[in-house]
Amino acid sequence: MRRILIALALLAVLGLGLFWAATRPRPIDPDLIAGLVPDVAHGEQVFWAAGCAGCHADVDAKGGEKLILRGGQRFPSPFGTFLAPNISNDQTAGIGAWSALDLANAMLRGVSPEGAHYYPVFPYGTYSRARPQDIVDLRAFLATLPSDPTPSQPHEVGFPFNIRLGLGLWKLLYLRDGWVVSGDLTAKEDHGRYLVEALGHCGECHTPRDALGGPDLTRWLAGGPVPGGTGRFPNITPGKLDWSEADIAEYLKSGFTPDYDSAGGHMALVVENTANLSDDDRAAMAAYLKKVAPQP
Amino acid sequence: MRKPTRVLTTALFAGLLLAGPVLAEDLNDPEEILTARHGYMLLMANQLAPLGAMAKGDAPYDAAAAAKAAASLAALASVDTSMLWIAGTETGALEDSDMLPEAVSDSAGRDTRFAELKTAAETLAAAAGTDQDSLKAAMGGVGAACGACHKAYRKAD
Repeated sequence: MRRILIALALLAVLGLGLFWAATRPRPIDPDLIAGLVPDVAHGEQVFWAAGCAGCHADVDAKGGEKLILRGGQRFPSPFGTFLAPNISNDQTAGIGAWSALDLANAMLRGVSPEGAHYYPVFPYGTYSRARPQDIVDLRAFLATLPSDPTPSQPHEVGFPFNIRLGLGLWKLLYLRDGWVVSGDLTAKEDHGRYLVEALGHCGECHTPRDALGGPDLTRWLAGGPVPGGTGRFPNITPGKLDWSEADIAEYLKSGFTPDYDSAGGHMALVVENTANLSDDDRAAMAAYLKKVAPQP
Repeated sequence: MRKPTRVLTTALFAGLLLAGPVLAEDLNDPEEILTARHGYMLLMANQLAPLGAMAKGDAPYDAAAAAKAAASLAALASVDTSMLWIAGTETGALEDSDMLPEAVSDSAGRDTRFAELKTAAETLAAAAGTDQDSLKAAMGGVGAACGACHKAYRKAD
């Protein structure tokens, strides 16, 4: 009997060890960004393309207020309510003390400077495809933004989702390399794919999620119910969105639909970001959306 | 034939008595307010349609047409619409309404946002007749003003 108990205990320890090994946070190889020289001006373009201000600035921020990234917006979900943290340049309340490597670990691997998993409400499932150079540029641009001392608020997430080690399992299931839309793309479509699939994170809302909160890639950008809320995210594949490329580009610029209605809700926040991109960037995103597999 | 005439006269008389109050009440009827609100939005869209088509290059740039549409939009933006944002016309209360209750409760914020629309529309009116690039640049400001209000006061899809 005693021997069986010891064997069981050993098995449990082994199991925990394997679980930890499989789910532990995995920072990047620092060589990935070593020697890259930041381009602050391009970092601003990355900032708007990645949509940082949409979640980290105040929800009703306008103009220069979009650059005060003090956090506080609430994101309800079936797993609890997440609160956007302060990512302003403040040394203690924000991320002023972060290196480019810290930002790269956060965006590419969802790992904090302390080595903890971030919740995927921070869209590293998208950013994991971002170019290291873009992250170095973004780090330099963020360093030019205002500091704000507002402390980050804790997420309101209950058991078992408050155990961050479990997020390692989520990452094993859903973090992936490569592109959703593959095949021959023009240079313009390829640029659009990078803006949508690596930075713009359109799929974080417009792709439906499964029971564990992972994206259902077989329904890429096909829309679905708002998790933890009411209403639906619209289908933006060519199966439903029949706007011209010029219409889509205009929508991302001014928020106007082809009927001259305008974006509301969170999409208005998205347009506040894409409005700051170049016409070429918006046209590329529109060209990419036309290459997405149509979904009914 | 005397009896039907009397009925008719009575009906007409009753109708005359009711007509005044009925017309006055219609302006406060939630459904009518919703119709007016949607009509107001549609009128603005009607002015924006030719401007957007010229900005996108879907229609040739026409300075006179652009100036006229933009001036109309600026006029619409300066109309007092306070009577259209009334309790009982919000989403939930009316089937076709997407208005959030905040559009009523936050009247100060609503006034600020309308003032921003008016400014943006006047900027557009000043620019639209110049050339296509000026039109394109000023459209963004109007779009941002529309979006700011919709973000705050319209139910998300």
